[in-house]
Amino acid sequence: MPHTDAAAVALARGGDNEAFRALVERHSRAVYRLAHRMTGSPQDAEDVVQETFLRAYRQLSRFESRANFGTWLHRIAVNCSIDLIRSRKHQESGHDAPDLEQFEAAADERVDPSPERLMLSTEVQERVSAAMASLSHMERAAFVLRHFEGQSIEEISRSLGLKANATKHSVFRAVRKMRLALEQFVEG
Amino acid sequence: MMTHLTDDELVLHYYGEMDAADERRAETHLTECNSCQHNYARLQRVMAYVDSAPAVDAPPEFERVAWARLEAALPARRSGWLSSFVLSPARLAWAAVLIVVIAGAYMAGRLLPRTAPPAGTTAVPAAASAAQVRERILLVDLSDHLDRSQMVLVELVSAEGSGDVDISTEQARAQQLVAANRLYRQSALTTGDTAMAAILDELGRTLVDIAASPSTLSQADLDQVRQRIESKGLLFKVRVVSSDVRERQKAAMLERTGQRALGTTKS
Repeated sequence: MPHTDAAAVALARGGDNEAFRALVERHSRAVYRLAHRMTGSPQDAEDVVQETFLRAYRQLSRFESRANFGTWLHRIAVNCSIDLIRSRKHQESGHDAPDLEQFEAAADERVDPSPERLMLSTEVQERVSAAMASLSHMERAAFVLRHFEGQSIEEISRSLGLKANATKHSVFRAVRKMRLALEQFVEG
Repeated sequence: MMTHLTDDELVLHYYGEMDAADERRAETHLTECNSCQHNYARLQRVMAYVDSAPAVDAPPEFERVAWARLEAALPARRSGWLSSFVLSPARLAWAAVLIVVIAGAYMAGRLLPRTAPPAGTTAVPAAASAAQVRERILLVDLSDHLDRSQMVLVELVSAEGSGDVDISTEQARAQQLVAANRLYRQSALTTGDTAMAAILDELGRTLVDIAASPSTLSQADLDQVRQRIESKGLLFKVRVVSSDVRERQKAAMLERTGQRALGTTKS
């Protein structure tokens, strides 16, 4: 197995599938984490991983050997996730994520956590997961791209095919849901 | 009178998305207004919590499973013209398009009532017969796929021998079936056939498991594989779907024969 990504890429370009396998084994877990964050579904994340590596394989000749393979793959994975989300855009109205009011009501019903429970990071993680799960496909994609990927509203709008205001609106709604879910953990 | 920053403005400020003039106004306001400072600090803490939650990790052994799925879909660059043709992305893409079109026809055929053409008329427009030809091709392909999958499962369930068992042949066949199964599942989802998609999903996962297993299994490992196949009733489900597809093939054949007869009578 080649020791570095650069060596594996060079071999894989020459048709060595075992070298490409090494790249899949090194990077597929990171791609899955990103894809799951973007799509919110294990099945979709698996599909994104598959599509990402297929695209990478086809485009290996375009990869510049001085670049970082992980970074290059990460960009492909973001694009694959966006493509999948955009293909679902028309289904958005059918998405069963609760709206902000429902989410607000559910947050209000929760029992105030004790100071001990506040210390439990798992509780926080569960709240973040629940809030993320409550986002629509577009809210999730816009929020993940803005918050975790550091893309600008303008870039996100281009990627998702939305107007800038719609992108902002998606980010605002996502942040409001995060605040509703987590503000009781915030002192002061 | 001082105008407070809204929650949305605080979000824009947090992400550095305000234009220069608004940014200056926000900065100035935040240095002067305790209430907005307090609100902004709360937003920052919430965002810090969001950052602290780790992303969901892939299941154990994911790398092996990912490779097993992927390998079947990669173009075989060095394994000769025949396998390269069989597994080329272009052919898979063509197959996907064909499958979607034909699966639509298949579903329409299943869902719509069949009506016999009125006596003395020939209800065989050229476009319809092209769709029917495609439908028949799909039925043959799908039926073949299900048969081959069944054979792999049956061979594993009934494998005999003492000590370690070599399953490399079944494994290689499972690997070849993974990519096609994925396309059939996507087509079934596209056409809204969720029952078929669910069975193909189960079948796909089992094929991937087999493809990702070691090529030599101990009796205990083999028993586990058998148990997985049998506990889900997968073999039975695949048989039922396969028999349904075969019935549909027969119906398509009869339809074609009837059309030919009508065409002959007409001419």
